[in-house]
Amino acid sequence: MRYIPVTDDDRRAMMDAIGIEDIDELFADVPAEFRYPQLDLPEPLTEMEVMRELDMMAAENANLREFASFLGAGAYNHFVPAIVDTVISRGEFYTAYTPYQPEISQGTLQAAFEYQSMAAALTGMEVVNASHYDGATAVAEAAIMAVNILRHKRRTIVVSPTLHPQYREVLRTYTQGMELNIVGDETGDSDFRALIDLTNKDTALVIVQNPDFLGQLHTPQEMQDLADAVHAKGALLAVATDPIALGLLKPPGEYGADIVTAEGQSLGNGLSFGGPYLGIFAFRMKHVRKSSGRLVGETVDADGNRGYVLTLSTREQHIRREKATSNICSNQALNALAAAAYLAAMGKHGLRKVAELSWHKAHYAARQIAQLDGYEVLDDKPFFKEFVVKCPRPVTEINRFLLEEYGIIGGYDLSQDYPHLGDAMLLCVTEMNPREEIDDLVTALKEAAAPHIRLELEVK
Amino acid sequence: MMKYDDYIYDLSTPGRTGVDMPEPDVPETPIPAEFVRDELPLPELSLVQATRHYLRLSQKNYAVDKGFYPLGSCTMKYNPKVNEWAARLPGFTAIHPLQDPHTVQGAMGLMYDLQQMIAEIAGFDAVSLQPAAGAHGEFTGVLIMRAAQLARGETQRHKILAPDSAHGTNPASTAMAGFTAVQIPSDKDGNVDIEALKAALDDEVIGIMITNPNTLGLFESNIVEVCKLVHEAGGLVYGDGANLNAIMGVVRPGDLGIDVMHFNLHKTFSTPHGGGGPGSGPVGVVAELAPFLPGPIVDLKEDAGEYVWKQPAQSIGRIKSFHGNFGVMVKAYTYIRMHGAAGLREVSETAVLNANYIQARILQMGDYPIPYGHRCCKHETVAQGKISGAEDIHTLDIAKRLIDYDFHPPTIYFPLIVHEALMIEPTETEDKETIDAFLDALDKIADEARETPELLHKAPVNAPTRRLDEVRAARHPILTRLPSATATQ
Repeated sequence: MRYIPVTDDDRRAMMDAIGIEDIDELFADVPAEFRYPQLDLPEPLTEMEVMRELDMMAAENANLREFASFLGAGAYNHFVPAIVDTVISRGEFYTAYTPYQPEISQGTLQAAFEYQSMAAALTGMEVVNASHYDGATAVAEAAIMAVNILRHKRRTIVVSPTLHPQYREVLRTYTQGMELNIVGDETGDSDFRALIDLTNKDTALVIVQNPDFLGQLHTPQEMQDLADAVHAKGALLAVATDPIALGLLKPPGEYGADIVTAEGQSLGNGLSFGGPYLGIFAFRMKHVRKSSGRLVGETVDADGNRGYVLTLSTREQHIRREKATSNICSNQALNALAAAAYLAAMGKHGLRKVAELSWHKAHYAARQIAQLDGYEVLDDKPFFKEFVVKCPRPVTEINRFLLEEYGIIGGYDLSQDYPHLGDAMLLCVTEMNPREEIDDLVTALKEAAAPHIRLELEVK
Repeated sequence: MMKYDDYIYDLSTPGRTGVDMPEPDVPETPIPAEFVRDELPLPELSLVQATRHYLRLSQKNYAVDKGFYPLGSCTMKYNPKVNEWAARLPGFTAIHPLQDPHTVQGAMGLMYDLQQMIAEIAGFDAVSLQPAAGAHGEFTGVLIMRAAQLARGETQRHKILAPDSAHGTNPASTAMAGFTAVQIPSDKDGNVDIEALKAALDDEVIGIMITNPNTLGLFESNIVEVCKLVHEAGGLVYGDGANLNAIMGVVRPGDLGIDVMHFNLHKTFSTPHGGGGPGSGPVGVVAELAPFLPGPIVDLKEDAGEYVWKQPAQSIGRIKSFHGNFGVMVKAYTYIRMHGAAGLREVSETAVLNANYIQARILQMGDYPIPYGHRCCKHETVAQGKISGAEDIHTLDIAKRLIDYDFHPPTIYFPLIVHEALMIEPTETEDKETIDAFLDALDKIADEARETPELLHKAPVNAPTRRLDEVRAARHPILTRLPSATATQ
């Protein structure tokens, strides 16, 4: 049945070779009282039936091919050229395992090496590993790496309040057994100078995000000043960033970052309800032996021809066990391949165009919304593709109106993570939002603030 | 074509671009010059070049879609194409993780059903789908065990035991959580040594991490006693679910006394490995540990017939952004729905039959010792690359020679407790002819080892590259190559 090609005759011949009469004999060492439980699972479906069921489940979701969306907050609706899926759908790529046998894995290895190179170019850093799970776990791994680099003598991590709230959560989850102090994000203050004041001789790492979670841009000078101040106190600086923004903006490698992390989903990976995504992890060569995750290196074969292998594996769990720099084994290789194919297809001109389009459209949207009665756009700092809008009523109510009346998926409700901002939403605009969608959003927001709509929403 | 090794930056020509983007349809906003980068050193390729480059690279890979891939502990079974179709439906790919739950009920329903189904398969009460991979699930499980012990006020516990046959991720996850890894020896039958276990158990032990079937491919026949002893000492039992493919419908880890376990959806439930990832490593727990799961998880409000997000009461916190590797979950869901209870049992029985057939034939052949060959194996068997009369031949040589016969080699030099290990896992999706051809190749290689050993030493010769210099790669690491760097070398 299904994917089992063994016939009854094969089965008989194999049992004869083993010297058994019944398959059950192979499980004689399983405690008899627990053997062969009746599993309560739905009856099996054929391929035809399962496709029909899945089609129906998928259709229950409001997808972004049918709905306009201004939702970002760490997962972004950017264009994915068709070539990406063609590449990652090659059976030779997606049905291969980790390249433990390099002679028959050069496709995976070279593509990963090229990903490392292109991501290094993008971030302005010297080394990028083959991937971490996502933007959040990359931040947690950065903290662990910094503590290791500083030989566990420094036990404080200073985090910016405008680092993605989920990244801060994951950082705390990862380090809960490590007895570290994580400080800096108690208030919503997004000024990095407050972080410098918190940095002292116990600080291993300062982590900020640029563009930050609220979309704001910190100037390269401001970032360099931060890096200098952090380094003067003997600590390291990690910057979480947006790889699309780096098509246009100065990369963290140019303003003093020691570790750069990013959610790489925007590079050729779909939204897919939150995963699988891509943790981009970049750092300086001098720290390579304290780094976590797989690395692909260039070498030569017995004939002197160029080739690639997994390298510096003595950092990893399969060799070093409890002394490894991380427990990571499986990573997000296919997502890194998607990012490589995306960067190769878009190239320097295409990526810059994507970044510029996002910038222009986001700024157009912000200007229109700023003119609406009852709304206020927070623009005391420059922004890239996301910005904060203070709203005349709770964001959940506005979003319900946008969805029901206009088929628009609104912005991220900031009231839980940043209560001091009041009724505020984080809007995201990318190259995927045509002008008509933006104009519709503006019209819909205007209506949502109107007195008669307010009454209707209250009744609901 | 096999020799293709053009490097992506070497294909670049100034002025080329693969994808045209539209001009802005809104008034432009000046971008302050201080923010703008001077250089963006990405390659400039045509779409034709990019397509051919990746297609040619792909052809240098071995893969399950090409042939037999008996990589022990990795469960390289066939990856059904309908899974790929399902995960690519726009209703699954084009949805944002932060959408209003009312707009993603189909996706949440799929996650809920998957939580229920894998809990049922392994005998647990609750599941979190958030971990991204097996090791991530292990780390999650260790944190859950710690949180549960702290909630009981047992702050003195800091040691986690694992047998010497364990995957390296077990001690690594222990250390990453801030605890002490303690190794327990195996006995002569490959089980956890009960006396050594008893000696190690004290009130500083958080618990044990145990893989069952273990990495020798053997069912831990003492498992019930192991669980009982650990529980009596106030510890918890972690199950490494990497080898679940051997026991579906045969026995449920939860019934045996295991408290928390991760699943490898990318092994047992047929989702592809992608050249190293993405995986998905959900964690299942008994009721007592359910409050500590990472969240949010999907809950069903029965009265409203509506799926909602729920954060477990004493959650260890979020272990990953958003909800886990959803795309992988769609594939695993599809697989389980197509099998049902009887189908999954047949999967495990056939995987074990194939492995025992290989073990029996190798024992019969007599060239490759199997240290625990006196026992039935489960999904895999561990032989040794120690061919009598060919003492200078090592497992590595045998593995490389298998490549010349167009097979992917087994896992080599693991588990560490078997000298010159060759760990062979056929899975249930291989037919007898393929397995026989593989065994014939092993047989021929044993003859070659004695008669023409140079064939093994210089293998592979029928691969896209010859043996690669790994020492050089590690001594002088070249981890990126950019145009400027190329010019200086």
